[in-house]
Amino acid sequence: MNTAPAAPEAITATAAPSAPAEAGAERTRKFEKCVEVLNRYHRNPAKLIPILQEIQESYRYLPEEVLVFVATSVGLPPARVFGVATFYAHFTLKPKGKYVIRLCDGTACHVRASQPILDALRGRLSLTATEQTTPDMLFTVETVSCLGACGLAPVVVINEDVHGQMTPETAVALVDEICTKEQGA
Amino acid sequence: MEQKTDQKPTVLVDGREVTIDGERNLLELCRKANIDIPTFCYHSNLSVYGACRLCLVDVKGRGVVTSCTTIPEAGMEFKTTTGEIREMRKIAVELLLANHDMDCPTCPKSTTCKLQDLARKLGVREVRFRKTNRVEPIDRSSPSIERNPNRCVLCGDCVRMCDEVQSIGAIDFAYRGSECSVVPAFGKDLNTVECVHCGQCVAVCPTGALTPRSEIDAVWADIDNPKKVVVAQVAPAVRVAFGEQFGLAPGAAATGRMVAALRRMGFDQVYDTSFAADLTVIEEGHELLGRMASGEKLPIFTSCCPAWVKFSEQYFPELLPNLSSCKSPQEMFGSLARYILPKQLGVAPEDLVIVSIMPCTAKKFEAKRPEFQHDNIPGVDHVLTTQELITMTDAAGLNFPSLEPESFDMPLGFKTGAGVIFGSSGGVTEAVLRFAAEKVTGKPLTQVEFHEVRGNEGIREATVALGEASVRVAIVHGLANARALAERVRDGHAHYDVVEVMACPGGCVGGAGQPVSNDPGARAQRAKGLYEADRTTDLHKSQDNPMIREMYETWLGEPGGPLAHELLHTHYASRKRITDSDFTVLPSAEKRPVCVSVCVGTNCYLKGSQEILSKVLNHVETNHLHGAVEVKGTFCFENCGQAPNVAVNNQLIESATFEKVMEAVNEASCPAKSPA
Repeated sequence: MNTAPAAPEAITATAAPSAPAEAGAERTRKFEKCVEVLNRYHRNPAKLIPILQEIQESYRYLPEEVLVFVATSVGLPPARVFGVATFYAHFTLKPKGKYVIRLCDGTACHVRASQPILDALRGRLSLTATEQTTPDMLFTVETVSCLGACGLAPVVVINEDVHGQMTPETAVALVDEICTKEQGA
Repeated sequence: MEQKTDQKPTVLVDGREVTIDGERNLLELCRKANIDIPTFCYHSNLSVYGACRLCLVDVKGRGVVTSCTTIPEAGMEFKTTTGEIREMRKIAVELLLANHDMDCPTCPKSTTCKLQDLARKLGVREVRFRKTNRVEPIDRSSPSIERNPNRCVLCGDCVRMCDEVQSIGAIDFAYRGSECSVVPAFGKDLNTVECVHCGQCVAVCPTGALTPRSEIDAVWADIDNPKKVVVAQVAPAVRVAFGEQFGLAPGAAATGRMVAALRRMGFDQVYDTSFAADLTVIEEGHELLGRMASGEKLPIFTSCCPAWVKFSEQYFPELLPNLSSCKSPQEMFGSLARYILPKQLGVAPEDLVIVSIMPCTAKKFEAKRPEFQHDNIPGVDHVLTTQELITMTDAAGLNFPSLEPESFDMPLGFKTGAGVIFGSSGGVTEAVLRFAAEKVTGKPLTQVEFHEVRGNEGIREATVALGEASVRVAIVHGLANARALAERVRDGHAHYDVVEVMACPGGCVGGAGQPVSNDPGARAQRAKGLYEADRTTDLHKSQDNPMIREMYETWLGEPGGPLAHELLHTHYASRKRITDSDFTVLPSAEKRPVCVSVCVGTNCYLKGSQEILSKVLNHVETNHLHGAVEVKGTFCFENCGQAPNVAVNNQLIESATFEKVMEAVNEASCPAKSPA
């Protein structure tokens, strides 16, 4: 599995004295990546979606200022870029946690009782349908409408890892495991 | 064979034969056959969208289709009204009403609303669906346009108008499905984005979702205040549209009765913006001839249209020196009235209230520009649209047809025909040519009509001979046309002496403050009305206006002279399209970091600002300067001519290079660094 994305500055800023430097370097790297992506697509407005996809990969969300920068660079009005970014569920304008937990609520998972798992995860992390990310930016819990793994229903995907035949207990155990790992780190 | 090609192809509409005459779709064909097909989203000058699902027809062999998206084919047979179609249209309107803010009696669009009209025409008597939408806040940030999302039917007319005709795209669809809405970027307020206030979105909005901001209450308050002396100036385009609401045909002059109505409402003096337009001709004419003599800053772009002015400030900062420094007629009137009326009318300056009646929403924005405030007093206090004046006429209980025509007050109400045709695309150019021709040749101009500059095409070009000399003119209306032409001028591909720009299609007669008209020919009719008014006026040349001459002799001195310059001219500055959009690339938690702001706007980008930004970031990283240096991307220093621009703390570095920037950074950080 690829390395976990770097922690956002909100956490690192208070973690260690050298943290601001790291966060700064991180931001520089992201911005350079942003410019590199734009140049690779020749600032072609027709390539807006792949450009946004790649930029979201490095930022983990689409910050407003980055969207304005992209709009200016490809020669589209910011309102159009905003429209595209809000149309597709894949794009997010809010920062997401280090661990994005996607619970499938498609038909198969739903009938195999995905709802109690969602309730348990939200209960464990004090999240709601509108508050999907923990204040420490560690976890985001969201539902998706089918992951195409109905044989494993109900399914939870944490970042890139698929966990099948979940129960409320096993799902919460996964969260606990990550918490322990993070505290040790 | 030959006979066949001569015969035009036909279709059968409701059993009647209709010839295809180049119509692009079945909807146009039906309109030609005088069948009124309901639609929200079809406008002949916008792209076909097919969203409202109202213009349904039943094509034999194909079934029910939208007529706006179906191309006519020879031999096609279709029905425009069947039980099925009526039912489908009714349900479509019912669904729209289910989520509509039904505050019709208090909506400014009441009686001119297409949704209201269609619900009535289709016989919708109840809404069977449950209301599900949430209440969205009303955006009143703009001085020109009020945006009420709760009345939006998502037809997209405004979005396409702003994007296709005006080439701006300040508003667009965002979100999806039941969440879908039309908003400025990031859901910001309209006043903080690149909207130029032209209001063409308002002009096409079928409901009350986008309406002109009303200043009616403020005007009544001043009229009711016995201390205040309230004077009105009426723009040329208002008089040929005002009567439409009272049963007159578009273009029919209602000038005399409109003046009478204003007096009856309580305006103390009623003046004519056409007088100020004559003044503009003299000032701008001198400016043009001066520039032609020196060969500098050509072409001269007109600056009467405030939407165009804001547009050029946002997108063409390098052309700003070419904009005429003349204030618009509205603001020239304001300055002059503030200067002479307190003495002439014997009124204390603070008690003089100047109200403009304009065909335009952008004039509301113009009146609030800081350039036109002197000692916190604006040149113009309130701007009413033609629509608002109609509302006030109704509110005052005036029976418009029975009013006896009256004339404007002197001296600021006396105009020539040149000042009247300002309201039509091409009018400003023609008026200036009438002045320049006499000035250049030194002979009286007998043939005053310049037909080569009139017309409806979006971009018109002509070379007009003035004696020995000739003037190359270009006239554009619609900002997409203006953008295309300005790009050619900027890049050196087109050469003119005068470029006239009006943001609204047709010029001011097609302004967003004009009465809502369902007659597509209304704009042309109003323009015709202005040219007729010019023909029936005794004087046609601004320089022949005796009141203008008197104004220069008594008050202003020489045209273009010091006082004229102070009162009648202004300046422009490039501006950001989106405010508050700085982009912190590298933040600093320290109290006083050296702040490097690199402009990443288009101009600076093209001149290599991004390379400087990368080098600065690399430098910070390799030298471990994190915290000591903060790096920002910004979207315009309003200095595009000297691109690339970089600011270090508050010091602006023009034509910047990495070396220049680092020199400034080192200088700025020296005191902080010395202890280490």
